[in-house]
Amino acid sequence: MPNKTFFWFFLPTGLAMILFIGLPIISTGIQSFYAQHDQVVKEVKKCDPFGCTVSIVVDNEETSKIREAKPLGKFNGFGTYTDRNHLAVDEIKKFWNETESFGAFVDQVTNLPFYKALIFTLTYCLFVTPNVLLLGFIIALSLNAVARKIRGPLIFGTILPMIVTPLVGSLVLFWMIDSQGIIGANIQNLMDDPYLSLKSSKTLTWITIIIYGIWHHSPFAFVVFYAALQTVPQEPIEAAIIDGASRFQRIKHIVLPHIYPVVTFVALISLMDNFRVFEPIIGFSAEGSAQSLSWLIYDNLVNEEVILFGSAAATSMMTIIGIAILLAPVLIRTWKEFKTAR
Amino acid sequence: MDYGLDTKSTRLKTFNTIFIISWLLIACFPFIWTFWGSFKVRADFFSRSDWWYAISAFNTLIETGGKFTTNAYTQAWTEGEFWKASKNTIIVTVFVVSISLFLGTLGAYALSRSTEKYAFWILMAALIFRAMPHITLVSGYLFPFFELQIWGILPTTIVVLVAINQPFTLWLLYSFFKTVPKELDESALIDGCSYFQAFRHIIMPVMWPGVITAGLFSLMLAYNDFTVTALLLNQENHTMVPKIQSYLGTNQHEGNLMWAVSAVVSATAPLFMLIMFFQRQVISGLTAGAVKG
Repeated sequence: MPNKTFFWFFLPTGLAMILFIGLPIISTGIQSFYAQHDQVVKEVKKCDPFGCTVSIVVDNEETSKIREAKPLGKFNGFGTYTDRNHLAVDEIKKFWNETESFGAFVDQVTNLPFYKALIFTLTYCLFVTPNVLLLGFIIALSLNAVARKIRGPLIFGTILPMIVTPLVGSLVLFWMIDSQGIIGANIQNLMDDPYLSLKSSKTLTWITIIIYGIWHHSPFAFVVFYAALQTVPQEPIEAAIIDGASRFQRIKHIVLPHIYPVVTFVALISLMDNFRVFEPIIGFSAEGSAQSLSWLIYDNLVNEEVILFGSAAATSMMTIIGIAILLAPVLIRTWKEFKTAR
Repeated sequence: MDYGLDTKSTRLKTFNTIFIISWLLIACFPFIWTFWGSFKVRADFFSRSDWWYAISAFNTLIETGGKFTTNAYTQAWTEGEFWKASKNTIIVTVFVVSISLFLGTLGAYALSRSTEKYAFWILMAALIFRAMPHITLVSGYLFPFFELQIWGILPTTIVVLVAINQPFTLWLLYSFFKTVPKELDESALIDGCSYFQAFRHIIMPVMWPGVITAGLFSLMLAYNDFTVTALLLNQENHTMVPKIQSYLGTNQHEGNLMWAVSAVVSATAPLFMLIMFFQRQVISGLTAGAVKG
């Protein structure tokens, strides 16, 4: 296709992506170097029969004037990145000097909001992604062994958790495991502990959200693996059966190598999706004990008084860097393949 | 796998059946339970004293006189203004699907017929864009949208959702157009058609299977979106998913939690029906990118 024709064909979609994906990333970058204005304060002298007191109040008029003049806020350089709510450089230095043992230091650092969220996000990815691959593969194998006639409805039932939005999916589960729901109430009775509930323990909350993640993402892995299984050639498998290979050996030496490229694809997609986890935190109302990077941004953006654009943007930039690190191996590999293919 | 040589032991078969049944139970029971519970009053579905109330409908009988009640639905749809939210969802979904298919088919067709190096890089860039968490993009939108005073209205959200949706649509349709033989449109070009004419008369009639799949995924994205709609729309224009969340937030109202339950059922049911009809297309779409590597 000539370049000119290509240009006109691609212009609409290219424009949409540049304007609403490319530019916002740049806009986020710029915003991250600014912070909201400080409030202008003035002294107000208040006199009553018992004497005069001087109090400091916020001058709303002046504050909004400054905000209107410079809506982006004041320039803050890397200040937002290094403040307590993000990388917390000063705090970490302080902890390093003050704490006695390394364990105590780690404890202190992991209590800082950004690191707390980072650790939750990574834990979530680390536990959900492999389990999704495993469970998806097992379901695919298992469904593949069922008679063809009843597979359709079974597949429909299997993919239900995937097609609902994460917020709805997590709500539906939450209403069951809540202390007043069917599962939660029964566990309370079984354990004979009326105070046992999801919200009472951080570990329980994390486990619940991770289980939710596996529940939600496994169908996707299943669908892809199931389709890949249909393309596995029959002859080598028959040969292996004749040679006396066990079922497990057949899977390990014939099926898995055949679908290997698909496994990396699923792992990549699921890693990308897991890294942005945040709706389940809202669905499970787990803000107290589990915060992810995306949730931090959301929280800044729905802030009641002033929207913390700078803070949200700084967290966004660091999330994007995190995504870049995750994607780097794949991109490098594709680039090498592309170069050798030429 | 039904291989002639592959004889399965009865034990393995039983184990397999048990596994599938328990998985289906885990996958579907929460939805069935929520559907069941949406016809009860709050004191039954969220029972402090006895979960069996949700089945025996103890409080529902006392409060409404019947075993089932549709109060939650009527209240959510009228008082809770869920009708408005579903109207907004329909508007957003229809526009997002049609616009993103229009843009996506043109772009993906060009990508699939281009032999230049930049086509590869565009696809790579689309992959990176696909990986961006939506909330980071939203944090980029909010400030400029406030300044331009286009925040809160439906058209902005539609355009944003279309753009966010493009990378995936492009990849999906790109791998679809790759399966359409080049000779088809090349022969038309030799006969003197322009590329646009070839696209219009040769490609368009054969592209519908791929377009339906891509359309379903755009629909699911627009219909299910929470991040963008919750932050870019004002209260008045909220679509269904942010509306459900708003029912959760204010707990002063006794009915509100049941509103959320009935709203969840109302929002999920049409989606399930749709997937039931188009199950094959969804599955082929999910695997299109994967099987070809």
